[in-house]
Amino acid sequence: MTTNGNSKPPVLVVLQLTGGNDYFNTVIPYTDGNYYDSRPSLQIPQDRVLKLNDELGLHPAMAPLKDKFEQGGMAIIHGVGYANSPRSHFRSMDIWHTCEPDTVGTEGWLARAIRDIDPESENPITAVNIGQGLPRALVARGVSVASVADLSTYGLLTSIEEEAQRTRMLERFANMYGPALGTGPVMEYLGQTGLDALKGADILKTAPDTYSSSVEYGASPIARSLRDVATIHTADLGTRIFYTQHGSFDTHAAQATTHAQLWTDVSEAITDFWDDLREQDADENVVMFLFSEFGRRVRDNGSGTDHGAAGVCFAIGPKVKGGWYSEYPETRAEALEQGDLVPNQDFRGVYSTILNDWMKLDAKPIVNGQFEAPQFIKTNGA
Amino acid sequence: MPNKEDIALMSHLMRRAGFGATRDEVERLAEQGYEETVEQLINPTAPPVDEFLLWRYHPITEVPGGAADPGQANWLYQMVNTERPLEEKLALFWHHVFATGNAKVDNCNHLLEQIQIFRDIGMGNYRNLLVEIAKNPAMIFWLDNNENHRNAPNENWGRELLELFSLGVGNYTEKDVFECSRAFTGWTIGAKMPRFPYGRFPWTFEYRPEDHDFTEKTFLGHTGNFNGEDIIDIVVQQPACSKFIARHLYNFFVADEPQVPAWNIEEPRDPEAVETLRETFVSSGLEIKPVLRTMFNSDFFKESTYQKVKSPVEVVVGTLGLTGDLAGPDPRLEGMGKEPGYMGQAILDPPSVEGWHTGKEWINSGSLVKRVNFVADRVSNTELPGVKSIIKRVAESNGSAMTAEALVDQCLDLMGPIEMGEHTRRELLSHAESEGSISWATEEDYARSSRRVGDMLALIAATREYQFG
Repeated sequence: MTTNGNSKPPVLVVLQLTGGNDYFNTVIPYTDGNYYDSRPSLQIPQDRVLKLNDELGLHPAMAPLKDKFEQGGMAIIHGVGYANSPRSHFRSMDIWHTCEPDTVGTEGWLARAIRDIDPESENPITAVNIGQGLPRALVARGVSVASVADLSTYGLLTSIEEEAQRTRMLERFANMYGPALGTGPVMEYLGQTGLDALKGADILKTAPDTYSSSVEYGASPIARSLRDVATIHTADLGTRIFYTQHGSFDTHAAQATTHAQLWTDVSEAITDFWDDLREQDADENVVMFLFSEFGRRVRDNGSGTDHGAAGVCFAIGPKVKGGWYSEYPETRAEALEQGDLVPNQDFRGVYSTILNDWMKLDAKPIVNGQFEAPQFIKTNGA
Repeated sequence: MPNKEDIALMSHLMRRAGFGATRDEVERLAEQGYEETVEQLINPTAPPVDEFLLWRYHPITEVPGGAADPGQANWLYQMVNTERPLEEKLALFWHHVFATGNAKVDNCNHLLEQIQIFRDIGMGNYRNLLVEIAKNPAMIFWLDNNENHRNAPNENWGRELLELFSLGVGNYTEKDVFECSRAFTGWTIGAKMPRFPYGRFPWTFEYRPEDHDFTEKTFLGHTGNFNGEDIIDIVVQQPACSKFIARHLYNFFVADEPQVPAWNIEEPRDPEAVETLRETFVSSGLEIKPVLRTMFNSDFFKESTYQKVKSPVEVVVGTLGLTGDLAGPDPRLEGMGKEPGYMGQAILDPPSVEGWHTGKEWINSGSLVKRVNFVADRVSNTELPGVKSIIKRVAESNGSAMTAEALVDQCLDLMGPIEMGEHTRRELLSHAESEGSISWATEEDYARSSRRVGDMLALIAATREYQFG
């Protein structure tokens, strides 16, 4: 895969809004009486909604994203979800991660994508998760993903404080994992894996050295995470998929302040990230995708909102065909299911667009089928 | 004093039949004798972990809820603090077999209830265990038996009972799956109360005769009006069943087998050993305890040191035990419960009903970084009580001065004892030699040498050999 010149391979940045983002108060149908009726405590007054057209607007904390939308670089995909939402964080997140709404899936959709991108596992950092552990979306047998809690301290044997000593020990590590013939297939596999791990850590370690930017990110965790993504991406190390998350969007209570703060942090971090990439001329091959495991109950509970069904997704980037996709689900009481907005866009269709049109992979085996796919990626030359 | 071989063997037993033991404990047990220790493991007399202490300091780990983390912390606490190690290890074994996950169950307290069944009767009769698991609400919900109705059978539980919990693929027909499922119609959970506004109501097992299919069934060659327990009685009489469970025990406690789905194609690596376990299992009337006794006292077990890649749970719990980190209630407990998950084994939340793929599949470059760092972080921390005690033993082993080689050998002994391949050993030795000889004479020497021991332990933790247990 070439990474030079103007044909840089496509990169995907996934930002998971963990906890169930309240779609109804994110993209607000501000002329709809049902909105005001069902949100006695949490309604955003019409004059504060950031209006995008005659009917819909964004939460007031999302001003930077309004600009993105108006500049044509942001797609808003309505009513995303799947039938029979279980309204459980864990089950729903699992479904989004594995594309298996009916059975318990074993492989993450992005892990399958990684396998297609790098079938021989040549680059140990084809995918990088910024965070603790690994989201199930990135897990499949035989697929290696680097998981970086904090880029500045990532590596092996990080508890060895004295740097020179650590360097010596890592040299030993490399020697110990080096080819040891005749020790059996498991030891040989371990040897290769250890060298891969070391290589991945070594490659990632170089990223901060080459990074310099005039953009000053905020202090929120998501700003730090996206800065790490930008650092690794601009170092051109062949990473094709980044994953990170922010939350918790599980706003059962005190939603007004919490939700505003969450979107302030996310919107600002996203803006800083894109400014950074633009400044370094590294934005053209990146698409960012935002999702949450479900939207929330239409009627508020006096202080917050409970688990719902349909949600909203965003795709952002220079190659994104900005605008509206799918339709806002009906808000009439009779049209709701158990008090929730009914999904009208299967999430696997949204993934399909990302995989087929952006990553240039075959989506069907990755998302387990064919789904209506909203065309929010610019076609070549557009 | 027990000799070196006794120490090595006892360490091996305690790693496999538990989560490892400190050298002090290994010496005490070796003194007491191997077979005596096996008996003690099988018939523990120590009290169970004091859950009231957990209640008091970590109430969130005991209350009903959807998140997996509090339940994971609860189980981790029990694994670290138990004085009945085999009981706890066997609970983990059964969790590997009856893999039930919170991603769907969404009621972690009910998963803990299932683990408690494993503790309570996991060493007893396997047929009874199957019956209890068939009635366990977490399992019923996990495998949709609450959706298995007289007029609309759901085959999820019926299939996995045969495929994953008793016989293995290739030992039944699709018709058997269907008939088995019909026999379990009406085995469900009591009415699910809505969660709001009063919170979660506990699930209970409920048998509903009006939803049970009372017509005749033909299952594995037997015909009759079978109910669920009759099906289990037929299942456990199959030769495939005893072989399947014997092989599971061998795979978990003795040496890594191929992954379970391959078992009907690939023969066991040691067919004789599996057969020995199987015979004991059958002749005892499907009791687990006699099989454990036979296994731990067998030569094939005693010769199996470092034949298994450690599972993430073994890495985490073993390391906490070795270093004396996180004993008793601790503010870090709730975070620590997630550590095995970071390495690929989220307890109470396996990736699917197939459980985890084990052996070398535990390792990939991401998980290896986590494993190595988790152990190295702790063994290089010379303030931890377990590390202090290792340092003390090293210091006292050889007078006031010692060679680099003695340092390496002492550290390898106290981290296992574990033998390194020649290639690895040479690297460890060169590292130690590059830093000269070691002295414990003055306080300053002691501090500097302690540091060197910590670094050497970290380097050992980073080796390939140390990934095995």
